[in-house]
Amino acid sequence: MSDYNFAYLDEQTKRMIRRAILKGVAVPGYQVPFASREMPMPYGWGTGGVQVTAACLTPGDTLKVIDQGADDTTNAVSIRKFFQRTAGVAVTESTAAATIIQTRHRIPETPLTEGQILVYQVPIPEPLRFLEPRETETRRMHALEDYGLMHVKLYEDIARNGAIATSYAYPVKVEGRYVMDPSPIPKFDNPKLSGSRALQVFGAGREQRIYAVPPYTDVVSLDFEDHPFEASKAPHACDLCGDDASYLDEVITDDSGGRMFVCSDTDHCAGRQAAGHRGRLSPQEDAA
Amino acid sequence: MIAVQDVSKSFTLHNQGSAVLPVMAGASLRVAPGECVGLIGASGSGKSTLMRMIWGNYRVDGGSIRVGETEVAGAEPRRIIALRRATLGYVSQFLRVVPRVPTLDVVADPLLALGLPEAEARDRAARMLTRLNIPDRLWPLSPTTFSGGEQQRVNIARGFINAWPAMLLDEPTASLDAANRAVVLALIAEAKARGAAILGIFHDEAARAEVCDRLVDVTGFSVLP
Amino acid sequence: MTGQPLLRVEGITRTYGGRIGCTDVSFDLWPGEVMGIVGESGSGKSTLLGCLAGHLPPDEGRVIFDTRAEGPRDVMRMSEPERRMLGRTDWAFVHQNPRDGLRMGVSAGGNVGERLMAVGARHYGRIRDEALDWLTRVEIAADRIDDRPRQFSGGMQQRLQIARNLVTGPRLVFMDEPTGGLDVSVQARLLDLLRGLVRSMGLSAVIVTHDLAVVRLLADRLMVMKGGRVVEQGLTDQVLDDPQHAYTQLLVSSVLQV
Repeated sequence: MSDYNFAYLDEQTKRMIRRAILKGVAVPGYQVPFASREMPMPYGWGTGGVQVTAACLTPGDTLKVIDQGADDTTNAVSIRKFFQRTAGVAVTESTAAATIIQTRHRIPETPLTEGQILVYQVPIPEPLRFLEPRETETRRMHALEDYGLMHVKLYEDIARNGAIATSYAYPVKVEGRYVMDPSPIPKFDNPKLSGSRALQVFGAGREQRIYAVPPYTDVVSLDFEDHPFEASKAPHACDLCGDDASYLDEVITDDSGGRMFVCSDTDHCAGRQAAGHRGRLSPQEDAA
Repeated sequence: MIAVQDVSKSFTLHNQGSAVLPVMAGASLRVAPGECVGLIGASGSGKSTLMRMIWGNYRVDGGSIRVGETEVAGAEPRRIIALRRATLGYVSQFLRVVPRVPTLDVVADPLLALGLPEAEARDRAARMLTRLNIPDRLWPLSPTTFSGGEQQRVNIARGFINAWPAMLLDEPTASLDAANRAVVLALIAEAKARGAAILGIFHDEAARAEVCDRLVDVTGFSVLP
Repeated sequence: MTGQPLLRVEGITRTYGGRIGCTDVSFDLWPGEVMGIVGESGSGKSTLLGCLAGHLPPDEGRVIFDTRAEGPRDVMRMSEPERRMLGRTDWAFVHQNPRDGLRMGVSAGGNVGERLMAVGARHYGRIRDEALDWLTRVEIAADRIDDRPRQFSGGMQQRLQIARNLVTGPRLVFMDEPTGGLDVSVQARLLDLLRGLVRSMGLSAVIVTHDLAVVRLLADRLMVMKGGRVVEQGLTDQVLDDPQHAYTQLLVSSVLQV
């Protein structure tokens, strides 16, 4: 632990990142460029999120890391271990107990509270990128609120699929101004972005961008009048805890078409099971 | 209606040692409403040049040309365009159209430019084509594929489709058979009857004698050696 | 014959280092007028068009456009958002190469609908209906609406570009060699289409081309450029049939007769 500065990054770097975060908070949804550092993990493994987390951590914080809602997947485990070793902070799997939550592709089911920070890992921060490859042009489009192109993407979706088929990284407009990519969270999570009590910070390491949604900020998912936004999920209940309102993962269980649906948020699911909720495939209690 | 006063014209051929060719000087004539005036003179004496100056196609070097309220000499392009749209009609010897456009639309075009509804313009064009004996199977085709006589009749149909108060006719009866020639002469008579001022070049002497009230010999205006 | 010009161009000059792009170009364009600009390659016609359309800042001169809301405004002094708004409402620009004017990865319907969405249309059904209407008007079959322009022929791409530009009902269209690179038969079809649209929509247009046959059929007025300067301008058929300047005479006499 003494071999590293607290939370791995040197203090000057953390100051630089904090400045970018503050600017992001001041201009909700605006992508602030920052001098992303090499981190001891490959790009695509959350280098942006890790730098934001490192800049936000204090020794008194309690950290939770999730990957697609789960605390026990490779990415989550390795980042959690990274901060345990370099910062020595307390870690938890409980959403309610955490002060900083770094996430990849999900927002926890448990509503966040004031004082919590949700840090997103972002692969491609520019929502206009797939339609307009020139960075100079996309920046100008943001500056001029020239967002017609964003609806072209949704138009193409409907024309090709009959409905807006974008199901993750669904574009949003923040506080009536900037169009933002909420990172590849399922669109089911989009409503949770708006009016959140927690601070939400987005870090893209390879693309060197930080942006933020401060608490109680209005975030609206883009749509058409005749094709309104829908926060969809699989039409099932969790097979382990019976929740029919949480976001589900589909798990293939055998080679003959067997499958089950389980909460993607493992903490949420475990909490409900502990409280006595049961699903279709829960172990029989009297047998246990 | 048409008043030409002391008009002069020369051509400067920059690419042939800047030779200046004066072709016309002191040209004057008037055409009153309801009158048809024929231009005569030997080939090359400047009949077509004078017609083209009145049409705004050739520049006027000196003098004045008035058609209705418009001074043509030195006019801004938009004034000539307005003049051609509403006041001055022209039947030239050549048909210049966008390839592929159906004959019916070529003829209806001047009416559409005036803002008439498409159905009415096409209807009037159809009647005019019928009158000039262009069979209706040809109407959907472009006149660029037609024979010389057919093209000439399309040109006449286009020239007479609108009741212009002033008209220029360049050999309207050339290359027409007797029946169609009679139709054209009737069209000219009708235009005169409604008060159009007509200036024309007719090599066909019988036609000239039938429709022209007066003749003007342009040889007097010519300054060629 | 009252009112005011739609576009007033005063003394536009643009140089590239020491070389002249175009110099001291002035003209008025009136509502409903189509003006052609001809000249050989390097005569400055494309530079001029770029300056007029706001793509290139001129070194000197003013471009005054009669805006719908506020009357005549100097386009160069507008803010960038204002100019962009103008560029997708009242103005249109048709590029020579449709690839420059289309989004090749977006369907035909999306290409046409983009300008509508850019000015705030948010009803998918209505956007699509409008796109269909415009595809029909430029003679693209309705069942191609979801195909990408890559799958279209050159002539179809150019017609799609025109539909995309005209869907918001602009009043002024800039065209850079709109028929360049097309087969002659396809050219004729496009010319016919353009003429019809210009008339039915009451469009004003500035068309840059080196093809004298194109300007004769499309343009009311003609401006001849050489070495960055306007050497002659006037009524199209007058300039072509009675050219005054040595260069224009050379240009006209150089056209091959078919």
